Amino acid sequence: MSYELAAFWAFATVTVVAALGVILARNPVHAVLSLVLAFFSTACLWLLLQAEFLGVVLVLVYIGAVMVLFLFVVMMLDINTTPLREGFVGYLPLTGAVVVVMAAEMVILIGSKRFEVTLPASDPAAALGKSNIQWIGETLFSKYILPFEIAAVILTVALIVAVMLTLRRRPGTKHQDASRQVAVKRDDRVRLVKVASEPRQEDKP
Amino acid sequence: MITLGHFLALGAVLFCISVAGIFINRKNVIVLLMCIELMLLAVNINFVAFSRFLGDVSGQIFVFFILTVAAAEAAIGLAILVTLFRNTRTINVAELDSLKG
Repeated sequence: MSYELAAFWAFATVTVVAALGVILARNPVHAVLSLVLAFFSTACLWLLLQAEFLGVVLVLVYIGAVMVLFLFVVMMLDINTTPLREGFVGYLPLTGAVVVVMAAEMVILIGSKRFEVTLPASDPAAALGKSNIQWIGETLFSKYILPFEIAAVILTVALIVAVMLTLRRRPGTKHQDASRQVAVKRDDRVRLVKVASEPRQEDKP
Repeated sequence: MITLGHFLALGAVLFCISVAGIFINRKNVIVLLMCIELMLLAVNINFVAFSRFLGDVSGQIFVFFILTVAAAEAAIGLAILVTLFRNTRTINVAELDSLKG
């Protein structure tokens, strides 16, 4: 067994076990942490396939941003998980049947001869004399420039929508309004009061 | 020797696990979102494997776009979840029936 094959089996086993942990964990925090492990071992698998850019992006963007966001939300919401697990056991036989049939069908398809392509000795990017990032970047910024710009727009829209959905102004809270602070006039703040003067008291005993 | 079939089989197994997760965790919106992420990951493994074995860069570009859209989807999904929890104090799918659909 070559080193690559041994590494593949190790990473694949960790990925599958972590994925099972995601769907079976009682505590949502454990599920999120299992999902982090699944993503990380998948990133290792992609590095094994010499897709360095995507492996690093998966760790940085997915584990570093998206999964941490999940973790924030899971920990912020006070969730009572007991009613959420109703029917967990009741659906297991049907679920098992559907999943086993589906997996068997896919494995039968994959078992055909034409998927027995062995790993080409040299990386396709290296064959062109480029690094993986150069290979992806040159295609992304020439052939796929319009989808790239649309992806940027989608991210901006998602950002604004997420802020607008969760932004909440409760009545009664005190906060500064900078425009009103700047627009304030002298008359709003200063009040001149005419006070009648009193006679001096020193003459009296 | 490591073959394309190995990676496709891993993708298939991950996909089946996430389908099972959607079936058995029907009540919990957070776990449903996580299962969708896992499903996208399974598809991405197939894309990267095909890209490497066929020597075509388009597979990896596609994975890049899938990651972008999945990040946007997760952000909006979690924002909706937070708003939902704030209004109803629950994330149980069975209790979200105010639309009477």
